[in-house]
Amino acid sequence: MGKLYKFLKYSFITIWTVFVVAPFLWALTTSFKDFNSVNGGATYIPWVDFEPKLEGWKVLIKSPANGGVDIIEPYFNSLFVTCTASLISIVLGTLSAYALSRFTFKAGFVKNNDITFFFISQRIMPPIVLSIPFFLFLGAINLLDSLIGLIVVYIVLLMPIAVWIMVDFFNKVPREIDETALIDGCNPYQAFFKVVLPNSVPGLIVAGMFCIIFGWIDFFFAFILTFTEVQLLPVKIVALNSSITPWWSLSASALVSVAPLIIVAFIVERYLSKGNLSGAIK
Amino acid sequence: MNFKHKYVFLFPGLFVLIGILIFPIIFVVRLSLSGWNSYNGLNFIGLENYVRLFTDDPRFWQSFFRLSFLSVTTVILQYVIGFALAHMVWKDIKFQRFFRVLFLIPMMTTPVIMTVIWRTFFHESLGPVNDILSNFGMSPKWLTDPTLAKITVIIVEVWQWTPFMFLLLLAGLLSLPKEPFLAAAIDGASPIRKFIYVTFPLMAPISIGAIIIRLIEASKIMDTVYVLTSGGPGTSTETSSFYIFIKGLREFQMGYAASMSFTYLIIMIISLTFIAKGLTKLLLKD
Repeated sequence: MGKLYKFLKYSFITIWTVFVVAPFLWALTTSFKDFNSVNGGATYIPWVDFEPKLEGWKVLIKSPANGGVDIIEPYFNSLFVTCTASLISIVLGTLSAYALSRFTFKAGFVKNNDITFFFISQRIMPPIVLSIPFFLFLGAINLLDSLIGLIVVYIVLLMPIAVWIMVDFFNKVPREIDETALIDGCNPYQAFFKVVLPNSVPGLIVAGMFCIIFGWIDFFFAFILTFTEVQLLPVKIVALNSSITPWWSLSASALVSVAPLIIVAFIVERYLSKGNLSGAIK
Repeated sequence: MNFKHKYVFLFPGLFVLIGILIFPIIFVVRLSLSGWNSYNGLNFIGLENYVRLFTDDPRFWQSFFRLSFLSVTTVILQYVIGFALAHMVWKDIKFQRFFRVLFLIPMMTTPVIMTVIWRTFFHESLGPVNDILSNFGMSPKWLTDPTLAKITVIIVEVWQWTPFMFLLLLAGLLSLPKEPFLAAAIDGASPIRKFIYVTFPLMAPISIGAIIIRLIEASKIMDTVYVLTSGGPGTSTETSSFYIFIKGLREFQMGYAASMSFTYLIIMIISLTFIAKGLTKLLLKD
């Protein structure tokens, strides 16, 4: 049993590792190719199979006037929109989650669980359902094709995630903590900010990372709600995929777009090992 | 504990969400009852759009069944592979952190961007997959054959989102209590029996949560299809979202698209509720 299981386990892990890594390696080699080496058929090893060129990478930082694609501005747009929307979602979501975890609400048949479900259910809404009214709505208030418009839309995408993770997290933070603080003469706000919040840093980090992931990887809303004034990274990169696909710069820009989130992967793994995500998923 | 302060905590988030959403949602419903074009704006036409949808549009229903097939298949695959991987890196493995981080990375990548890479990966004459397969005399048309195109979409989705399943299940495994495992060890249970009688039942509630979350996300599949195949060849990979997108924002039949959106949303909510109930019954027998 032991040996066979071990063999199967390591084979499976190896196969999966190859599967996970393959597209990245492919993108990495492709990013150093040029037109000729791409169209000569699939090749893998630089210097042996093809002569590596830096064209794919150089194009990314050239201005469009010089035939470049300039992904720097979209890159910072993406960072700005993702971080701002995540921050707002976390702040508002955490406050609401705390209320839902600690206090009892009742309005007719609506109770705590229903309010929590209302928040989380926004994730069920397919983007396409919202895209058309958002398109017209943002158009009507002149926020189409603007960073603020996108941030507003992303808050709807991200706040449910923040509430979902934080409600469960607060449920695991012992109530005695805030009760002691209240007995010691804090008002509810002091109890929250000075006592509960410092004890919730791991939850906040996990929620923040999830918001950043789901903000950063969104394409659909950015694609429909922006055109020329504001471009986000995914839209810009996919736009490269036009008549003659420049595989080299496409691959390079894909790698650049993945890079910052690798850090997020490390952070998520760290807090996962400490078991801090466990409450969040039930 | 009960204060009026509690509203100060709850309301900012709640009202921001409602404030952003209320107009769009009312508008979808209103729009779905209208003919809409850029010349004369909204004109009320009652249930005409819905009648057309239910009696005269097989393409919508086909795309819906295709979506169900794709999302159920991918989620099952993701669950099985994700659970296997999570169980394998749970304990007793070298380079544990390395594998955990590595297995998480695909979900951190933007689906559309990676799909563009996958497109070159599966390219019929210039991609590495067919380059390797050509040694065996095969050259499958990954993106232009109706059946293979579906499989390609499934492969890409599994690559992209198995990590999410893996993350949720690993977090679940790490949070399990130790006592049942000790008891099983004392009884001398074999690893397989331990998995069937201890690990799996303990993981059931977490599994249900993870499957439902993934089904919700998988039903939105749209980016991948848009970049990989544009719904093609023909309509063989067209999903509901993509069809609504074509009708609404390509052909500008906004009213009709809104009625499809609304119908689709209702069907999704009902079927997800049923799936959640069914899974709970199936996995939580006691």
